[in-house]
Amino acid sequence: MSGRVLVGVKRVIDYAVKIRVKPDNSSVVTDGVKHSMNPFCEIAVEEAVKLKEKKLIKEVVAVSCGPQQAQETIRTALAMGADRGIHVEVSGKDYETLGPLQVSKIMAALAKKEEAQLVILGKQAIDDDCNQTGQMTAALLDWPQGTFASEVAFDGDKIKVVREIDGGLETIMISSPAVITADLRLNTPRYATLPNIMKAKKKKIANVKPADLGVDLTSRLEVLRVDEPPQREAGVKVETVDDLVSKLKDAGRL
Amino acid sequence: MALGGCRSFSALAELPDTHQILRQTCRDFADRELTPIAGRLDREHAFPLKQVQELGAMGVMAMEVPEELGGAGMDYLAYSLAVEEISRGCASTGCVVSVNNSLYIGPVLKFGTEEQKTEWITPFTTGEKVGCFALSEPGNGSDAGAASTVARQEGDEWVLNGTKAWITNSWDAAATVVFATTDKKLKHKGISAFLIPMPHPGLSLGKKEDKLGIKATSTANIILEDCRVPLGNMLGPRGAGFKIAMQTLDSGRIGIAAQALGIAQASLDCAADYAHKRIAFGAPIGKLQAVQFKLADMNVAVESARLLTWKAALLRDSKKPFTKEAAMAKLTASEAVTFCSHQAIQVLGGMGYVSDMPAERHYRDARITEIYEGTSEIQRLVIAGQILKEYQA
Repeated sequence: MSGRVLVGVKRVIDYAVKIRVKPDNSSVVTDGVKHSMNPFCEIAVEEAVKLKEKKLIKEVVAVSCGPQQAQETIRTALAMGADRGIHVEVSGKDYETLGPLQVSKIMAALAKKEEAQLVILGKQAIDDDCNQTGQMTAALLDWPQGTFASEVAFDGDKIKVVREIDGGLETIMISSPAVITADLRLNTPRYATLPNIMKAKKKKIANVKPADLGVDLTSRLEVLRVDEPPQREAGVKVETVDDLVSKLKDAGRL
Repeated sequence: MALGGCRSFSALAELPDTHQILRQTCRDFADRELTPIAGRLDREHAFPLKQVQELGAMGVMAMEVPEELGGAGMDYLAYSLAVEEISRGCASTGCVVSVNNSLYIGPVLKFGTEEQKTEWITPFTTGEKVGCFALSEPGNGSDAGAASTVARQEGDEWVLNGTKAWITNSWDAAATVVFATTDKKLKHKGISAFLIPMPHPGLSLGKKEDKLGIKATSTANIILEDCRVPLGNMLGPRGAGFKIAMQTLDSGRIGIAAQALGIAQASLDCAADYAHKRIAFGAPIGKLQAVQFKLADMNVAVESARLLTWKAALLRDSKKPFTKEAAMAKLTASEAVTFCSHQAIQVLGGMGYVSDMPAERHYRDARITEIYEGTSEIQRLVIAGQILKEYQA
């Protein structure tokens, strides 16, 4: 096994920022808005770095698809302990329509090119909440997948993954190479240490274009409109149960 | 005076990548680990032990110390950024970071022998141990040259007697740098510096002072009664104590300026947020010019002081003279935070006066920055002294 792990890291609007929809309802405002690494991607990076510290894998490669600023996100991964980065340049219109299908094609191509043993991604991004990239990447590679992982353990040449599912926890054994997506309770990401922030400066980030990987970025989806969620309205008090039932019927809920 | 190359000063316009990541890392730590507990630490006067240990693990407790000695090997610009972000979350924690870095490790790093550095710095890089700096006495603060604590040699030991006052970190420290007179006739040139472990026979602590602010730090007298240390515990040459203290304080001032900036920024954040949310006269109060002018003045005060602080740090990193700039940074930052925290309470009105909002704590924390590590009056004397030298006929 190559001992190499690919970790996808996405640059998203920071979780603490109040999201504003553009006046033309085409998308949300991103200019001048604080961005950071998707929290589930942080958990993915942390897991990869922990595996390396346990000497179960040899190299952590952080990958991000996006414009120039995606390099900041890669640098954060390097400061957390990733060994090198790959920046897949996607900008302008292509970036606006970039989604799980294209990203999974890119990740699959890179996984083959880098002879990765493992691909670890966040379970979903907090901007689009798609929860698709990991699953699609595994399908394109025809690799097993351990999604919503809250625990990952190597067991010989197999991987034991404990998954968070609606009914509780599910434990599966998958062979490697495999794709894993990180859920909230997998770990608590570390703060970058200052020496690692200094070392990150010297680590390499390779630049790659999607065309170099043979990936077509055309989107199959078109966003028609983006709206704010409806404003919460005041409630109504009723006197009797009959009133309640008739109000619910009026509102079409019964 | 020729100043450093353009590259250093472009940092004033936009920070280098590493520094941006460092700043963000410290900000995230402060937001998640310090801001939620700062109120409780203040109420309970509780030393932030766990957070100091975590900061130690990150390298923040020994930022300038080379990696071989266990530090982060970063520059003073990075240090100013870190202290500001930490202080924005919790001013007391920022103070602990600053005292350990600048006042305790600082002099040992600059004036210590290799053995002293290994013994007295390395264990203090991890956050497990913090140090303190004992210069002031009940009889002299600004008048540092009048040190009445004495040290006499007896065989292969130094014996120290005297009392030091207002020592930050004293109750939580594992070592101290102490200044004592070894040759009274030489006046301020007869003061020497010593390293004393804590606890230690002959060294005792006075009661913890009940302060207006930075309540999570301990401040107390250090009492020396025939306190004996080996000859090897003298730091730097005999008689160099005053020089060591003054040079240490020059750097320490950049740390305190950064602490003041953090508190000032927190006050501004609090006031600006409130200005958006508080409705009065039918609209958010941020629409009122009276409030707008306050916010503008606060931002100008903080940003000017911040640029002076960064300049002082950059000069120090370029190994250029920085005494005047450090004093200017500390003076402006401390006066800025007194102003900002005062105005923040004014913007919040009644809400600013109660502990439900952090504004009152910022106001109390801010006040010390105009006093310790050289009062604003001393800063003015330092700056004037430098100006007069520059203009010497």
